[in-house]
Amino acid sequence: MFTPDELSAIQLSMKVATWATVATLPIGLLTALALARGKFYGKTLLDALVHLPLVMPPVVTGYLLLLGFGRRGPLGAWLEDTFGVVFAFNWKGAALACAVMGFPLMVRAMRLSIEAVDHGLERAAATLGANRMWVFTTVTLPLALPGVIAGALLCFAKALGEFGATITFVSNIPGVTQTLPTAIFTYTQVPGGDEPALRLTLVSIGISLAALVLSEWLARRVRSRGVAR
Amino acid sequence: MTLLVDVRLRRHDFELRASFEAGRGVTALFGPSGSGKTTLLDLIAGLERPASGRIVLDGQTLVDTASGAWLPSHRRRLGYVFQDSRLFPHLSVRQNLVYGARFASQRGAASQQERIVGLLGLEVLLDRQPGTLSGGERQRVAIGRALLSSPRLLLLDEPMASVDVGRRAEILPYLARVREEAGIPIVYVSHTLAEVARLADIVVLLDAGCVTAIGPVADLLSRLDLGEASQGAEAGAVLTAIVQERTAPGSSRGQSPAGIAPNETRSGPSAITVLQHPAGEFRVPWTGQAPGSRVRLHVLARDVALATGELGSLSIRNRLAATIVEISEIHGGVREIRLDAGGEALLSRVTAETVAEMRLRPGLRVTALIKSVALER
Repeated sequence: MFTPDELSAIQLSMKVATWATVATLPIGLLTALALARGKFYGKTLLDALVHLPLVMPPVVTGYLLLLGFGRRGPLGAWLEDTFGVVFAFNWKGAALACAVMGFPLMVRAMRLSIEAVDHGLERAAATLGANRMWVFTTVTLPLALPGVIAGALLCFAKALGEFGATITFVSNIPGVTQTLPTAIFTYTQVPGGDEPALRLTLVSIGISLAALVLSEWLARRVRSRGVAR
Repeated sequence: MTLLVDVRLRRHDFELRASFEAGRGVTALFGPSGSGKTTLLDLIAGLERPASGRIVLDGQTLVDTASGAWLPSHRRRLGYVFQDSRLFPHLSVRQNLVYGARFASQRGAASQQERIVGLLGLEVLLDRQPGTLSGGERQRVAIGRALLSSPRLLLLDEPMASVDVGRRAEILPYLARVREEAGIPIVYVSHTLAEVARLADIVVLLDAGCVTAIGPVADLLSRLDLGEASQGAEAGAVLTAIVQERTAPGSSRGQSPAGIAPNETRSGPSAITVLQHPAGEFRVPWTGQAPGSRVRLHVLARDVALATGELGSLSIRNRLAATIVEISEIHGGVREIRLDAGGEALLSRVTAETVAEMRLRPGLRVTALIKSVALER
């Protein structure tokens, strides 16, 4: 049904999008919490920094990543020397590019849902003896969970469709860094590529829909838990 | 237990400067909306920081701006019952109740839990979700939740405000039971005189962020110069009386109730209790208190009529011998008369015309006719 190249593009896309989402989740949650509830110097700057990938051309983001995380880039060289982790021209680099691009969308959704949690409930929990960590895990997080799930989904969807930053940072190497969007792009550039391009397009739609349904189901379960039982 | 509060806070065009001490029993912070009552509770609970000043509980400094001491809210061990109850919507009533218990290191938690659930009548609510409770039920759960965190002090912020007016009578007895049985001091915020009269021992009167008076409830509620702060129309006095005996209907008083078995005295709805006060006695519907116990009576100024000279037949049975202490003008043609009844203050409200006609003046001995009383304890 699928050629080996197509299959590897599908698998790679899933792997990249999943890792981009999972690895970003804790950082995104902390950033959202800081932006929603924190009072600190430089909050506006952090807010702007988080949103930067959303407003910058993806190619620019990809190029900055290449400069920073390439093997000779300051961060890339340091990471390779210290941890032996290389991001340049492999799937990890694709995941990094997708994570950076999905991050603002994730943080935005989570921040809104945390802000929507009644601060009075958190204060009530504090008077009952809960420290900040407990307040967050037992009150804020459960109540903001639908938004947290939505944020994760947005990040996953963005990662699945990410093109500009990925192709700039890690190129488009079949079997190594070629994801669904870059594969579809490649097929549209060669004669007779219409059919595989269409097949991969359908696969993309299928994965996106499945992710949407899953997150809706999760969010509904979380919400109904508050009323039922 | 002593709570010492001496704080200042400025916010926009509001300035709070409050200094008072609270001891055992119920201390009511009383005043109109916007007088800073809730802000004071937030300061005590550590949800708000004072601009300057200190708060000390039992020798432990909760906050002191001079030395920079600050104990965060979750380490203060104070039970705070908010106006809007603030139950956690994603947890059941049971889970809400035990929320604070996990942070309180106290033994015998299970029996404590049973006792408080029983005290507040929460047994049937345990498996419900907060969203399905009525306002009064929510507040009872909130009080239980606060008590189960084993607090050293209970802060109640107008616990009746979010309850329908008609349903407030349902929650007041529970509050009275908490006061009697929880054994911890309470700071109670209210702007309703009836609640304060019923529950408080000490009243701290607040107006526009300033403490205007502090004192025992009986003294403050009858002070004329506070008429405005204590909501003119509701002004009244609190008298303390002793339960003397219980009589069945028809039986003349003086028959010893000691000879009657307890369940026989509960002879019917029309049985009455005789309450002894230094200035006279009250006959009220049977209340169930044992002879010798002290009760508190809340008497509104508008329910007290005055008579001079010999009394003919009158339907009003509760009469006290009193002396006029002071007559002051409330507004227009209304006069408030402060009386001394057996050493306790009593208020009466009459028209200026009546004062002139009856020649009422300080020092005159009168009979205070009390149309109705509310029994507090």
